Parts: sequence; structure tokens; C-alpha cells
Amino acid sequence: MKRISYTQAVTEALQEEMRRDPKVVIWGEDTAGAGGAFHMTPGFADEFGTNRVRDTPIAENIIVGLAVGAAMTGLRPIAELMFADFFGCAMDQVMNQMAKARYMFGGQITLPITVRAASGAGTRAAAQHSQSLHSWFMNLPGLKVVVPSTPADVKGLLKSSIRDNNPVLFFEHKALFNIKDQVPVGEYSIPLGVADVKRQGTDVTIVAVQQMVYRALEAAEILAERGISAEVIDPRTLVPLDRETIVNSIKKTRRLVVVDECNLTSGAQNEIIALAVERAFDYLDAPPRRLGVPDVPFAQSPVLEDYILPKSGQIVSAVQEIIR
Amino acid sequence: MNAQPTVQEVTPDIRKDIQIALLHTMLRVRKFEEKAQELFLNNKIPGFAHVSIGQEAVAAGVCLSLSEGDYITSTHRGHGHCIAKGMEFPRMFAELMGKRTGYCRGKGGSMHVADFSRGVLGANGIVGGGIPIATGAALSAQIQKNDSVVACFFGDGAMAQGAFHESLNVAALWKLPVIYVCENNLYGEWTHYTRQHSIPDLSQRALAYGIPGQRVDGMDALAIYRAATQAIARARGGEGPTLLECVTFRYFGHYIGDPHPGRTDHEIENAKLRDPIDHLRQALLASGALTDRELALFELGLGNEIADAVAFAEQSDDPEPESAFEDLFV
Repeated sequence: MKRISYTQAVTEALQEEMRRDPKVVIWGEDTAGAGGAFHMTPGFADEFGTNRVRDTPIAENIIVGLAVGAAMTGLRPIAELMFADFFGCAMDQVMNQMAKARYMFGGQITLPITVRAASGAGTRAAAQHSQSLHSWFMNLPGLKVVVPSTPADVKGLLKSSIRDNNPVLFFEHKALFNIKDQVPVGEYSIPLGVADVKRQGTDVTIVAVQQMVYRALEAAEILAERGISAEVIDPRTLVPLDRETIVNSIKKTRRLVVVDECNLTSGAQNEIIALAVERAFDYLDAPPRRLGVPDVPFAQSPVLEDYILPKSGQIVSAVQEIIR
Repeated sequence: MNAQPTVQEVTPDIRKDIQIALLHTMLRVRKFEEKAQELFLNNKIPGFAHVSIGQEAVAAGVCLSLSEGDYITSTHRGHGHCIAKGMEFPRMFAELMGKRTGYCRGKGGSMHVADFSRGVLGANGIVGGGIPIATGAALSAQIQKNDSVVACFFGDGAMAQGAFHESLNVAALWKLPVIYVCENNLYGEWTHYTRQHSIPDLSQRALAYGIPGQRVDGMDALAIYRAATQAIARARGGEGPTLLECVTFRYFGHYIGDPHPGRTDHEIENAKLRDPIDHLRQALLASGALTDRELALFELGLGNEIADAVAFAEQSDDPEPESAFEDLFV
């Protein structure tokens, strides 16, 4: 094992896959000359050439559209959107073209595309650079949705996403960029659709996504001091969703709290609550609880941002409310 | 609107066999679409569909300028592009009818028909949706250095979309091997294009990207063939994209069954006087390149081919309901 940051893990995954397969190409705003807006592709243009590594104009619809056309004709593109908020500018190519092309055309083609975007709050970036939009795409068949939380996960999942023959939306959480942790040395990948139990427990299941995984783990520590054993599950991918791991955990602990950075109405939390209700209702000892961002945008003020982002103390309270 | 380009005489610079192939291709498109109209109005084709009758010269002139390894992207009004690029009637009719033997197993229909084995990267139900895809295919050809060129078809309406600007900017910047073919049939749905665009000559938009733009008589297959051949050679030679605006006319409404109430009979009859098929047929017969008998034999064969294709499609099974769950992910 070695200790590297989340962003270094992204760089290693990209670099290894580009070395492995000459069909892998990458483009986006500042990807080549500047080495990436978040410095995740440093030196890539030198190593792989500006044929495979390209700076695009600031035009997200064409960044994704280029990937759709290139994937249809034999390449394995990685498109960088910088901020996930910019999906708004790319939506026709995402929702009507990339997500549907294989299906509409009766399976004639595969679309091995990875679209990477930085998402999440906590960086004081205000309303248009802080959103977690992954739940939108869970309601759009044809796209895989990946939400890694740790350096080891982000590397292994990104490698699998690039190798996957389907369109994958890969969300990298900005607040986790500088987190350092152990990552396996050498070749490895993590399959899409396999949740990770980040902490074992017996009294309550906490399902948490990306930054919220860390807050759930903090909450679990506090709960342990109070004699409550919390299991923390990180789904890692929302499409496909590892329903079995979540349902089995709920059957064991008989209680569920879900915490995610989506806005609460129709956020990813609700799909997991629905899963519990449909498949583990008879096992539940208490109503499931969900935590998320209330239905308002993020504000720039740190006071306002922190106020609406779920915190470990709130997770503790939610658990204690359903364990009396 | 001065949309009355003069019909050019047959010129000797295009080989006779190619001129005959242009005529044959236009006839194939028209007969296919006339049959599609009939089938639609008899409730044999579900949903809705759009025909390009009157516009056949654009599909024929551009697609016959392409080579086998080249690609096209098409539009909601795309039957002509598909047929001109070599797609076959039986599976086309079957797809329009939503049958399992269709090109897309009944999942696409008229607006999403595609044949990747022939370089047809799909019709598209979104106006302008194919333009970024064509540009991506051209980038792919440039990266893979495989000598392919992409012809990107779209209507006058699509030129108001942001996707058009984003695509042409990048294609011009990187000198991608793509030609952008605007079929200006004068109406975006039911609104005249001069009420949707800030300039009357859409080919001038090319100036903004530093690429050649050319306004071509879209009712003249030879003029289109000539312009497309030049633009494709330029693209293949690494000199980048060209914008062709082919000024044409659709004889029928926006979709099959639509009377398009905004247009006058005079306007439609006037356009039909410049019919691309009539014009080339007369020129080829007059020059002796084609005899009446040869043409009659071709049309007879075409009629039989269409009848057989429709029979194939009608006799084909519907998809298995469970196949709704196939073809999403690999």
C-alpha cells in the first residue's frame, strides 16, 4: 500500500489506462496545456501527445458530443466537464444522445465513454459550483453513475469506468481532493455495482455518499461511545446500485439512515429509502430517516453553506431518534 | 426570399454513370417516401414520420460524393440520407413499422434509424442533435488517421441551435474532416427561415469560423455533387470543414399528414417546376445518356423492390415485449 491523495489517485488511474489502451483519449477545458483545471492531468500532453490529450473550448455540449461521435467510431473517450454544475450546458448530448444511442439503435453500438465532473459542496463555491446532481442521472436510463469517496475507491472505480463499454458519469468530490489514504500498489480495479462496508455494525445502517461517508464515520465513532453500533455503507456506484448489500445490512440492523448531498426532494436518498420499504419493511424497527440538503441552493457565505450541509451531529441525532 | 436559383444544364464534368446514379438514387428515395406516406396514412406506421420529398437532390448529391468508409449523421427527415448511403428498403420499412426485423429492432423508428455498418451514425429526433456527434466522428477519424470524412446533414432550423456554433468552432479550430450540409427547405417547422435567422444567406455563417461557405441550388443534384465532392476532398486533405447551404423545398408538410397551412399553392407549384428528379431525367434523356426503355426498366425494378420490401416488413413479427429490456447496457 502507499499513501496518496484523491486527486493523485485520479491521475494514476487516467495515466495507467491511457498507457494500457491507445484508444483511450481525453479532452476538456485546460486538460492538455494547463494539465487540468484541478491539476489531474499534469504532463499528459507531453506523454501521450496532443492528438490524444486535447484542450477544448469552454463549450460543454460539444465536449460530450465529441465523445459520443468518437465512441461510435472506435475510440474510448474521457470527457472532462470540470464542474458537475456544467452538465446543464451539455444536457442534450448527455440525455438524448449518449444515454439513449445504444438503445434507440437496437444495440448496434457500444458507447465506452467516461464523463468526469467535480461535484459537491464545502468549498464556498456558491450556487453554480457546489451541486451534487447525481440523482438526476439515476432517473435517466442508459448511464452509469459513480460516486467515489476514498483515494483507493476513486482509482479503482475510475479504471473500471474507463474500461466499461457503457457511458459512465464519474463524479469526483471537490471537498475530498486533498484527502490522503492508503491505495494498493500495482494494478487493481474495483467493479461497478459493489458497495463497500466502510464500518461494520449491528444497531443501525447508515448509507452515505462521498463526503457524507466521512461524516457518517465520525457519527459512528460518537455513537460507539454511546453504546450504539453503526454500520456505514458506501454504495460507491448509484447505477448500478448494490441493493443486496444494503438490504442485507438493513435486515441485520433493522434501522436505516441515509445521508447524501442531493437536495432532499427526489434526491438519491429516496431511492434507498424506497428500497428499504419495498424489500425490508417487515424487518424495520423504526421508520427510515433521510438527511440531505434542504431544497435551497448553496450560498457563498460559509455560515450559510455549513448550515444546510448535513453534519455528523445531525447523523448522530437521527440515529438516536430511531433507537430509543 | 429570393430562393429561385437557376437550374443548371447538364455539364460534362460529371461522369455519365454518376449522373445516372444520382437520378436512380433520387428515384429510390422518392419512391420509398411515397410508399412510406401511403403506409402511414393507412395506419401501418405508428408514431409520426417526416418525408423529404422535393429535397432528394441533397441526399443523393452528398452521399454519392462519399466513399464507403465515410460517415453521415442525419436528421428527423432522414430517409433520403440513409437510402443514399446504401441502407436497404426491407429493414428500413420494417423499422418504420416498428418490427423486430428493422435496423434498430423496432426501437428507433423513422426518427432514429441507423446502420453503423454503412457509416450511418443515426437519424436524430433532436434538431441539431447530430451536429456534435458528426464532429466527434470527425475528431475520431483525425485521431485514428483513418482517412474517413463525415457528412453532417441538418436543416435550416438547426443552424439556430447552440450545438451548431459549438461544433463548427471546434471543427474549424482543429481542421476536422467534416462537411456541414444545411438543407435549407425554407421552413423550420411552419415558420419561414427568414423569421428565425438574422441573415438571409445562411452560408455566410461560415465566415464567422474562417471556413468556406457556399450556397448551392438544392434542387440540382449535379451542383450539389460538384460542391460536395470539392468540400469532401478538402476535408480529406486535412484542410478542414466546409459549410454547404443547399436551398431546397419540401413539397409536403412538416410531418406526414400535416397540410402546412402557411404556404400557398403557388409557392409549392413553383417549387415543383424545379423538381430535381424531373430536371435530371429530362437532361439525361435529351443527351442520350439514358433511354426511355432503360429508365422504364429501372422504375419497374424499383417498383418491384419496394413491393417486396413492404411485404417483408408487413410479414415481419413485432418485437418480443421483453426485448424492451434489451440493448440498454452492454
